[in-house]
Amino acid sequence: MSSDLDVFVGNTTLIDEEVYRLWLDGHSVAEAVARRLRGGLLEREATSVAVLQSDTRDHYRTFQMLERLLHAPPRLLQQLLFQIPPERQALLVQRYYAFDEALARELLGKKLSKGTKKELDEVSARTGVGIRSCRRQFDNFKRVFKAVEELRGPLAENIQQLFLLPPSLARDYAAIVFFANSRFETGKRRLQFLSFGDFAACAQSMMAHWSQGALAPEAAEPDGDLPKSFLQDLKELKVLVTDKDLLDQHKSLVCSALRGKISVYNELEANFKALSRALVNVGGKLTHARDVRDFFVDLVEKVIEPCRSDKWSPGDLRLFLQHYTAAPRNLPGFRHQALWERYMAAISACLLRMFHD
Amino acid sequence: MPGKLKVKIVAGRHLPVMDRASDLTDAFVEVKFGNTTFKTDVYPKSLNPQWNSEWFKFEVDDEELQDEPLQITVLDHDTYSANDAIGKVYIDIDPLLYSEAATVISGWFPIYDTIHGIRGEINVVVKVDLFNDLNRFRQSSCGVKFFCTTSIPKCYRAVVIHGFVEELVVNEDPEYQWIDRIRTPRASNEARQRLISLMSGELQRKIGLKVLEMRGNAVVGYLQCFDLEGESGLVVRAIGTACTLDKLSNTSAFLPACNSPSKEMKESPLVHPPSHGCRSTHNSPIHTATGSRLTQNFSVSVPTLIYTGMGSGSAGKEGGPFKTLLRQQTQSALEQREFPFFTLTTFPPGFLVHVGGVVSARSVKLLDRIHNPDEPETRDAWWAEIRQEIKSHAKALGCHAVVGYSESTSICEEVCILSASGTAAVLNPRFLQDGTMEGCLEQRIEEASPPGCGFCHIPYDELNMPFPAHLTYCYNCRKQKVPDVLFTTIDLPVEAIVVGKGCLIQARLCRLKKKAQAEANATSISNLLPFMEYEVHTQLMNKLKLRGMNALFGLRIQITVGENMLMGLASATGVYLAALPTPGGIQIAGKTPNDGTYEQHISHMQKKINDTIAKNKELYEINPPELPEEIIGSPIPEPRQRSRLLRSQSESSDEVTELDLSHGKKDAFVLEIDDTDAMEDVHSLLTDVPPPSGFYSCNTEIMPGINNWTPEIQMFTAVRVSRLSNINPTNQTLNKNFNDLCENLLKSLYFKLRSMVPCCLCHVNFTVALPEDELVQIAVTAVAITYDKNQALQANKAPTEKSQQRASTDNEEQLQFPLELCSDPLSSQPFSPAKEVLEGASSHTGIPAAQRDRCNSWIELIKLKAQTIRRGSIKTTTSLEKASPLAEGYLRHRSVPSGTNSTVSVVKMTPLSFLPGAKITKYLGIINMFFIRETTSLREEGGVSGFLHAFIAEVFAMVRAHVAALGGNAVVSYIMKQCVFMENPNKNQAQCLINVSGDAVVFVRESELEVLPPQPAAAAQPTGAAGDVTT
Repeated sequence: MSSDLDVFVGNTTLIDEEVYRLWLDGHSVAEAVARRLRGGLLEREATSVAVLQSDTRDHYRTFQMLERLLHAPPRLLQQLLFQIPPERQALLVQRYYAFDEALARELLGKKLSKGTKKELDEVSARTGVGIRSCRRQFDNFKRVFKAVEELRGPLAENIQQLFLLPPSLARDYAAIVFFANSRFETGKRRLQFLSFGDFAACAQSMMAHWSQGALAPEAAEPDGDLPKSFLQDLKELKVLVTDKDLLDQHKSLVCSALRGKISVYNELEANFKALSRALVNVGGKLTHARDVRDFFVDLVEKVIEPCRSDKWSPGDLRLFLQHYTAAPRNLPGFRHQALWERYMAAISACLLRMFHD
Repeated sequence: MPGKLKVKIVAGRHLPVMDRASDLTDAFVEVKFGNTTFKTDVYPKSLNPQWNSEWFKFEVDDEELQDEPLQITVLDHDTYSANDAIGKVYIDIDPLLYSEAATVISGWFPIYDTIHGIRGEINVVVKVDLFNDLNRFRQSSCGVKFFCTTSIPKCYRAVVIHGFVEELVVNEDPEYQWIDRIRTPRASNEARQRLISLMSGELQRKIGLKVLEMRGNAVVGYLQCFDLEGESGLVVRAIGTACTLDKLSNTSAFLPACNSPSKEMKESPLVHPPSHGCRSTHNSPIHTATGSRLTQNFSVSVPTLIYTGMGSGSAGKEGGPFKTLLRQQTQSALEQREFPFFTLTTFPPGFLVHVGGVVSARSVKLLDRIHNPDEPETRDAWWAEIRQEIKSHAKALGCHAVVGYSESTSICEEVCILSASGTAAVLNPRFLQDGTMEGCLEQRIEEASPPGCGFCHIPYDELNMPFPAHLTYCYNCRKQKVPDVLFTTIDLPVEAIVVGKGCLIQARLCRLKKKAQAEANATSISNLLPFMEYEVHTQLMNKLKLRGMNALFGLRIQITVGENMLMGLASATGVYLAALPTPGGIQIAGKTPNDGTYEQHISHMQKKINDTIAKNKELYEINPPELPEEIIGSPIPEPRQRSRLLRSQSESSDEVTELDLSHGKKDAFVLEIDDTDAMEDVHSLLTDVPPPSGFYSCNTEIMPGINNWTPEIQMFTAVRVSRLSNINPTNQTLNKNFNDLCENLLKSLYFKLRSMVPCCLCHVNFTVALPEDELVQIAVTAVAITYDKNQALQANKAPTEKSQQRASTDNEEQLQFPLELCSDPLSSQPFSPAKEVLEGASSHTGIPAAQRDRCNSWIELIKLKAQTIRRGSIKTTTSLEKASPLAEGYLRHRSVPSGTNSTVSVVKMTPLSFLPGAKITKYLGIINMFFIRETTSLREEGGVSGFLHAFIAEVFAMVRAHVAALGGNAVVSYIMKQCVFMENPNKNQAQCLINVSGDAVVFVRESELEVLPPQPAAAAQPTGAAGDVTT
C-alpha cells in the first residue's frame, strides 16, 4: 500500500530547522532522511522511517515553494500564502543567505558570471561544500550583486533593506559585492594566508573611508565603486615620496616620534623610504583598473612581507602607521592632509587586519 | 432597490508578468455584480498597479445582495488580441448585510486563478448601504445571522431555540453541460465556482426566510454541503438550528418579541411539506431491497441501528416511553414541529434531560437527472424520508428530540448513500414554550435529574426496552437507572462528571463489493450496510472496553461507497463517565478447548488484552472511586451472562435478528474466536498504538480531563491518497491496509507536531473518499493545542474538587455570558445510560401508521430562562493563564510579530468554537468558500503532492485574507467539508475541489482584556431586561 499523495499543511507553516539546514546544504530527500536517521530521531521519537520520509518530503515541498519568495525577502513578509511568525521568517531568510566563508573566499574578486558558475565543481571539491549548496550560494551572491549594483548610498544598508539581512551579514555581502565590482585579485599564493574575514574587514574599511557615501550620504555613485575623483586626487599624494625634502622631513618626524617606542626602530629607519613609497604608490595606481587588481598583492608584497621579515610586531605597525599618518600635518607645503588621512585610514585598517601569519 | 453596493479598487501587488517582452503587465480590473460590470483604467507597465479607482456603485435589491457574490477580475490589457485574465476574487458580501457584523470589507485579497493558483494580490474596499425595507413580503432575509458553530455563539444568549431548518437547491453541473466540450477548463471551473457561490447565497437566503417565519433571527450549527451528482446535477443543501439570539453586550431591542410562538409556528409554512405517504421502507432490514419499490428512482432504505440504545421500531412505542405526565407535555410541545432536530452539539446547562443513544438512518438511492431544478422534490422527499426514520427511532428510545443531528452523502457514479444521525434525547420542558404546564413540570424535572448525571438516565421504559440492555442504578445519584454504555453524537456536556482523560477511538472497516450496475449495485450496497454498521459498532465497543471506558461522544460514522468496495470509518471520543458502571474486561474463548497449544495461544492473547486494558487505564488516568457493591442495584432485565460476538460474515440473515450484545456489569465481554477472521480481529484490536507520551487526541471540542490550555494552537489539514495494490484483495487484507493507513497518518501527525508537546489534538476529523478503484483518500483536519503540563498534574490530583470548583466558576460566568460554557475545557460529570444493542433488523416492523403520518410540524420552542445578569469579572479563567509561564512567553512573542510586521495580520484558524485563552468579542459573519484548482502540468508542479499542498495552502490563504478584510483575526468552527481530488497522470492533469466554511470572529486575548475597563457590566444590564422575551 503506497501513498501516492501525502501532504500536511498547517495554518501556521511548520519549519523544521534541521530539515531546513539539510535542504540548504543541498541534500536530496533520501540523503536528508538518512542523516536524520543517523541523528537518532527515530529512537527519540519512536516513529518509523516512513513517517520520517513523509515529513521530510513535506518540508522539502514547503521550502521549494518558499524559495521563490526567499529570492525577494520583502515579498516573504507581504505574501499571504504562508503564515509564518516574523521571527521564523527572519530565520528563514538569514539561513538562506548565510554562506560558507571558504566558498566566499574562493569567489572573492571573481566576476559573478556564468563562467565562474561553471567552475563551481572545483570550488566545491576544494571547499567541501556540496555542489548544490555552492550553486545556491553563488546565485545568492549574484542576486544581491545585481540588486544593488545600480543603487546609490551605503551598500550594506541597501542590502539590508532589500534582503532583510542582519547587519553583520549585510556587511559581508557588501564586501562580496565590493570585491566583485572592483575585481581585486585575491587568489594569488602569497594572499592565501588571508581569510574571508580579513578581506571583508578591508572592504568595509575601504568603503567606510573612501566611498562617496562616506562623505555625502546622498552620493550620486554607488558605494561599490570607489569615487573617481577621489582616486584621481590620490595622485596628488605622490608628492610625499617624489619630493625629496618632504620625504626626508616626513621620515625625521616619524622617526623622532617613534624613537625608543618601537622595538624595530633601526629597521624602520632603514626601510622608511621604501615603505613610504609603497604606501603612497598603492594609492596612486588605483585609477587604472589593471593596477586596482593588484592592490592587496602590493600591500602584502611591499609592506606586510618586509615588515614581517624584520619581525615587526602588530603593535609596532600600529604605532608606525599612527605617526606616519599624522606627521604630514607638520610638513610645510603639504596641502593634502585631509585627503591623506582619509586615504591612510583605510590603508592602516587593512594593513593591521592583514598583518598576521 | 433597497441597497447600494459600493466597491473601490485600490491597488495590486506582485502581479505576474503577462508581457514577456517588457517583463511587465498592463493591468485593469473588472468589477461585476449581478449583470452590471464596471472597469478601472489600465495601469500600464507595472506589477504593482495603483488604480485608486472611483467608487463603483451597484444599486440592487437585497435578494440579489444575498445571492450574488461580488466578482472581481484582474486582466492584462492587450491592444492586439483578447485581454488575458490574470485571476479573480469572489467576495461574499453577506457579512455586510447584518448590522452587528462587519461594516466594511477592506484589504488585500489573493488573486486566484483556477489554473495557476494565486497570482498576486489586490486591495479592495467594499461597503453596503442598506435602506430599510418596508415590504413585508420580501424574498430576502437580510439580517438573519448564520453561524457554523454548533453551540450558542459566545457573545450571544439564546432567547429561544426554535429548531430545525433545512433547504436544498439543485442545478445542472456546468461541468456536465454540452458547452463544456467547447470551452476552456478555466471557463468551466469559473462557471462552476460562480454557480456554487450563487446557489449557496440563494440557499442561505431561503433558510433565512424560514428563520424569519419562525420569528428567529439566527441560524446556529449551519452546515451546508454540496453533492456533486455528476450527470444528474449539483445539489446544495443545508441544515441548521433556528434561534433567537440576543447579543450580550447590547440592548437587544431588535428582537421580535412574539409571545405566542407556537401559534405562529403552526401557521407558518414550515420547513417542508410533510412527506405524505412516505413508505415505511425502514422496516424490513436485510431484505429491504426486494421489498422496495422501483419507481423512477430506485431507492433502498437500509435498516439502521440505534446505538446505545439501538433499537428500532416499535418497541418503544408500545411500551409508552412516556413515563410521566412531564414527558407527555414535552412531547406535545415538540410534536408540533415536523422534525424536532437540533444541529447543536453543546447546550446551555439544564437543556438536556436524558440522552437515549445514537440514532441513525441510511438509504441507498439511484441518481437520475433532476428534471426541473426549480422543484427539487425528489431530493427533498429522500431526505424527508430519512428524517422521518430518525424521528421514529428517537421515539422508540422514548425520546422526543434529536440533538447533535447531521446529514451526509456518499456518491459513486449513480449510487448515492444518504445518511443521517443524531442523538435521541429528552429536552427540558422548562425550556419549552408551554406556559400552562410550566410550573409543575419544573418541579418534576428538578427531582428527576440531579446535576451531572441526569443526562445518563434512561429515557425509555425499563420494562419495555426497545432493545435488550443492561441497566443499573446510576453510580452517581443511585436513584435512576443508567445503561452500561452510552454512545452519543454530541459533545460532552459541561456538567458531566468524568474520570480521567478521554481518547480518540476509531473503528475502521472495508467491505468488498462486486461491481454492478444500477439496481443490482444499490441492492448489494444496501445488503452490505447492516453488516458494516454492526461491525463498526462491535469494533467501537471492543476498543472502548479495551480502554476501560464506558461512553462515546462525538460519534460520527461515515460509510463511503466506491466502485468495488465500501468503507466505514467511525470516530468518537471515549470517556469514563462516573455515573455509568465500570466496564467489564474482554474475555476470549476458543472453540476447540482441548487443543493444548491453542489454549496456550488463547491465554497468551488474553493476557495481552488484560495488559492493554491495565496500561490504558493508567495512561488515561481512569481510577474510578470504588463503590460498595450493595449500592448498585441489580441489573433489571437479567443480563445474559455472555454475549456472543458473531462475525457478520458468517451469519445468515436469520441469525441477525438474534444478535444480542448486551453484557453484564461485571462480566467480561466475551470474544469468541471461531475462525481465523476472528483471530485477526482480536489482533487488530491490539494494534492500535496509543499516542506517544505528551499527546492526547479527541474528536470533540474539548478534551475531557485537560483544562489548562495555553493559547498556542496549530490547525492543519493532512491528505493522503493510497493505492490498495493487492492483486486479490480480501476483506481482511483491506481492513489491515486501511487500518495501517489511518494509524500511520496519526503517527505522522504526532511526529510533525512533536514540538508542541504536551498537547492535544482536538476535533480530529477524518474524511474518507474512494476516488477510483483501489484508491483511498483520507483527509484529516484538526487542531493541536498545547497545554500546561504542570497544571495538568495538579488538576489531576484533585479532579473532583477542581471540577466542582470549576463548575461554580462556570456558573458565575454563565450569568454573564450564559452561553459560554463550552469554551471551558474542563468539565464533566456523570451520566447516562447506555446499552448497546445491535438490532439487526426486524424490530422495525411495528411503526404505527399514525405515527408516520403525523404531519403536523413539531414545534419546539426552547426557551432559555432569562438569566440574571450580574456584573462581575469576566476574567475568571485568566488566573490559569497567568500562572502559566508558557502562555506568557507565547503572548510576548506574538506581540512582536504584530508590531514589526504590519503588512500581514495573523489570522488563527480552528475547528473549535473557541480560542483558548481568548474571548471572542464579535462574530463577523460566515465564511463559506468553494474553490476549484486544475492543472495540466502536474509533474512541473511537483506531482500530486506538490499540487495539492499548494492548493490547500492557497485555500488557507484566501480564507485568512477574507477574514482579515472583514476586520477579524480568527476563524472558528472551521471545517473542510469537501476535498475532491481527481488525477490523470497520463495526461499530466489533476483537478481538485475544496469547500470550507467557518465563522469569522474578532477575539481578544484574556490577558489583554483584563486591562480594559469593566465595560461588560454596562453592556450586560440591558440583556437582563430583554431576558424574558419569548417567541
